[in-house]
Formats: sequence, C-alpha cells, structure tokens
Amino acid sequence: MSDKLFQTFCWLCALWIPAVLLVILFRLVGSSAEAWNTFGWKFLISCEWNPVEGKFGAIPAILGTLLTTGMAIFLAVPLGFLTAFFLSDVPPWLGKPLSHALDLLAAIPSVIYGMWGLFVLAPIMQKYVQPWMLDSLGLRYLPFVGKDGNGFGFFTAGVVLTLMILPYISAIMRDVFSMTPTLLREAAFGIGCTRWEAAWDITVRYGLRGLLGGIFIGLGRALGETMAVLFIIGNVIRVPSGIFDSGTTIAATLANHFAEADGLMRSVLFALGLILLVLAFGVQVLAWYYLQATKKQRGEA
Amino acid sequence: MKRRSLFYRRMVEYVMRGISLLVLGISLGGMGWILWTLVTHGISVISWTFLTQPSKPYGVENAGIANALLGTLYITTVATLLALPPAVAGGIYLAEFGKETKWGNLIRFSANVMMGIPSIVVGLFVYAIYVIPTGSFSGFAGSLALGLIMFPVILRTTEDMLLLVPDSQREAALALGMTRCRATLSIVCKSARNGLITGILMAFARVSGETAPLLFTALWSNSWCTHFFTSPTANIPVLITEYTTNSPYAAMHAAGWGAALVMMAGILVLNVGVRWLFQE
Repeated sequence: MSDKLFQTFCWLCALWIPAVLLVILFRLVGSSAEAWNTFGWKFLISCEWNPVEGKFGAIPAILGTLLTTGMAIFLAVPLGFLTAFFLSDVPPWLGKPLSHALDLLAAIPSVIYGMWGLFVLAPIMQKYVQPWMLDSLGLRYLPFVGKDGNGFGFFTAGVVLTLMILPYISAIMRDVFSMTPTLLREAAFGIGCTRWEAAWDITVRYGLRGLLGGIFIGLGRALGETMAVLFIIGNVIRVPSGIFDSGTTIAATLANHFAEADGLMRSVLFALGLILLVLAFGVQVLAWYYLQATKKQRGEA
Repeated sequence: MKRRSLFYRRMVEYVMRGISLLVLGISLGGMGWILWTLVTHGISVISWTFLTQPSKPYGVENAGIANALLGTLYITTVATLLALPPAVAGGIYLAEFGKETKWGNLIRFSANVMMGIPSIVVGLFVYAIYVIPTGSFSGFAGSLALGLIMFPVILRTTEDMLLLVPDSQREAALALGMTRCRATLSIVCKSARNGLITGILMAFARVSGETAPLLFTALWSNSWCTHFFTSPTANIPVLITEYTTNSPYAAMHAAGWGAALVMMAGILVLNVGVRWLFQE
C-alpha cells in the first residue's frame, strides 16, 4: 500500500517535467499570438525592424543567433577535442588538476564573461586583432568579413562564446576518451598506431555518440546565451553583412527591449522567444533522431 | 588502406600534441586572464562598507552591495526549496521505477530538452505567468524562474547518483523485509547522499550566477529586500549588468567589478569546497 503511494507520488513529481515543458510552449504561443496574427509567416522571413511604424521581422535576430552559434561551435569543437586528447594522455598528477581547472571555467557566470568581453577583449580586438586580420592578413577583400571592425560584433561575441562553451564540450569529450575500452586502444598501439591515430581512428569512431552529445550540449548553450553576447554584440538590429559587423541575436534582443516593450512589440518579443525555444528544441530532437537513425550503423543495436 | 610513411605519421603525432598543449594553454590562460582582470579591477573597491551597505544611486556616499548579496541569497535559496522536493522525487522515480519504461523514457527525454531551454526563455515564461497577473516584478518571480532551471538538473543528477548504488544493496534491504519506499529512502538515498548533496550544491552555485532570467522577473532595486513577493528585489547579477552597461561612470564600473569579484569568489569557494568535502 505505502509502496504504491510512494511510487505514484514520485511518478507525479517526475510528470511535472513534460507538463512544464508543454505549458512553457503553449504560454509562449499564446503570448505571441498577436504578432503571428499581424504578420503571419512573413514574420519569419522579413528583415524589417521598425518599432515606430510597428513593422517587425525576425531575420536579423535569427541570422545573428545562427552566426554567433556557428562561429562558437566551429572554434570550440576542435579546441575541445584537442584538450580532451591532451588530457587523456598525461599522467593523473598533471591531468587531474588541469581537468578540475577546466571544470571551474564552466562555473564562471556568463555575466562575468560579458564584462570581460566588454572592458578587456573588445578594446584589444579593436586596437590590435581586427586591424591585423583586416590589413596584414588581407581579410578585408574577402566577402562576409566586413571592411572595418570596431571591436564589438559577431566576431568578438563568437570568441567569448567559444571560451564559454569550451569547458562543457571538453568535459564530455574527456569522458568519451576515458570510456573507450583500454583493450581497443592498446590493440591500436599494439599494431603500431601513434597516440593521435588511436584517438582519431579508434576513440572518435567508438565514441561518436558521446562526442556528438558534447557538441549538441555546446550548441544548446551557445544558442541561448544572453549576457556574454549582450554586452559585446553591438545591439544593432539589422541583417549582418560580415563577421566583424555589429548586430544582435534573439536572446540579446529580448534582454535589451523586453523591459520597456508593450502591446505589439511585447508580443513580437514573445514570438522571438518562441523561435529561440523551437531552435533549441530542434537541436535536441535532431541529435536524438540522428543517434536513433545511425544506431545500427554504429553497431549499438 | 592508405599507406603513409612513418615520417609523416610521426610528424602528425608531434604536431597534434603540440597544438593540443597550446590549445589547453589558451583555454586555461583565458580563464586565468578573466580571473586576473576580476581581481585587479575589483579588489580596490572591496571594503567593509562595500559589503555591508545597500546599493545607492551614483554619487551617494557609502554605497555597497549588501542588499544585492542578500537578495541573491534569498532568490536562490527559495528557488532551491521550490525545485528540490519534486526534483529528487522525480529522480527517484526515474532510477527506481522508470528504468526502461515508456514513461521513464518520455520523462528523461523531456528533462534533457528542458535543460536545453535557453534561460532567457524561462524568464519570458515566468514573466507571462507570474509577473503579468500579479502586476509587479518580484523576487519570488525570480525564484520561480531559477527553480524551473534547476528542476531538470537536480532530477537528472539524482537519477545518476541513485543508479550508482549497486543493486545488491537494494536486494539486501528488501530481503530484510523493508518496503520499497523505506529501502529507497533510508538505504539507497543514504548511500548516494554525498553525490546528491554535491549535485544540489552545484546546481545552487550554477543558478546563483544566472542573469538573463532575472532581468524580467526579479529586476533590480536599491532597497533592502523587504517585500520579496511584491516588489523588485536587488540581486548581484542584475546589479552587475546595470552598473556596467547602463552607467557611464567609472565609479559604477568599478563597483560592478567589485560585485563580480565577490560573486565569483562565492561560487569558487562553493565549487571547490563542495568537491573537497564530499569527494575523496
């Protein structure tokens, strides 16, 4: 009797999770109804953002979000893999403290990354890094880079985001390295593989599932990150013309405008929130679907 | 099978190891740089007054951050109290009753999705369901938002920790005639105690630095948090945001650095202390 009660109680508590998830989704749909009614699907493909005339489009914010996230993943995944590779091979007396230090990097609140980006990194980017990249490397002649940089914008935000998601990706990749059976790795060494070959050809194949999991966790964090981006993105709502350009992301737009918004604008911001939620949800479902679809191929079924 | 010369393979090996060392140096160097900036910019404003006086508008003497410190403590503690009971019970369900079941998998999947929800969206949600109906920003709304963020995290940690307890302990407890409920609570949970406490305190540390969901819920004020349920409540993360982005004065920036240093020190002490106390 008491057992049944206990089990039901626990079940009800656990059910809160899917329930809350649905409520969040419906609430955001409900609160953004006005925006969808006014603009329809055009909201998703419109580049306009003019609060005075009451015209809004989601494209600048969506593109900004994808650009910063893409840049952060592009930089952080190889970096995370390489740190995990290094830490998997060093003796424990060195590896343990270094791993703990990396974990602490994940404990730094995002607002501190934002501050650091604003007061320290952005001026350095403006004075030294961007002129060097534009002039000395000649990047200004490439498309999608931009003609000049003022330190703020997608590039700096991408760098800060990289530093932010690196510890998450690295921690999971470290787990993957340590979960690869020693027998497999030793077999690889036995036929004369170098450490890098063992990592690249054995661990990556064996632990693809875990590696992808790490990438998707990093992706999710980068998508929704607000504070670190807000301080350094420049907060101009327009379609990005290059990676040194200033712009905005969905989360930054919300943080910047929500407090003073009302009426249609508030509804528009709820709609942006809904888009962000759907993006984050999509990433999760995609990861899950991919893993299901390739289960057999990877010999797990 | 492609043939590669030994020289080439060795070169790749050395280059990769060199790059990986460099990369590790860059990431740890980045962290050191951030912490160093915090200390050098923040240490000069920290004083007894700074830690014990409430925040004041620009130019007023003897301003501090005490009200925000207390506010953050209130908001985070209430969030933990809200999230803890259902999260631990839900985790028990997943580990003890829902291992390969349909419900278990659904809840596990939902928890993963919920952990991936951007924190600012949670803030929007709480704004819509709590701030609009009650008509005012409040510390409790902030607690609701942080509680929602902690919920799936604690749930999954509880599940992971309980799964680490060997089945032989469960069987031994049941063989002694304990009910399932009793065995779970007083045997399984007890052996997983250290892991559970670590997970909960880590979740506490993580949400105490969350800023985005508090922007539209707890907001910010210069007063002490006497009306936790009905009016905006001061807290450290939003104070830092206000001082650094919405103020042109160097003195306010310095106070922001000071507040950031205090928050970072608290989080680091919690992180390192918990690890040291509850793990070998």
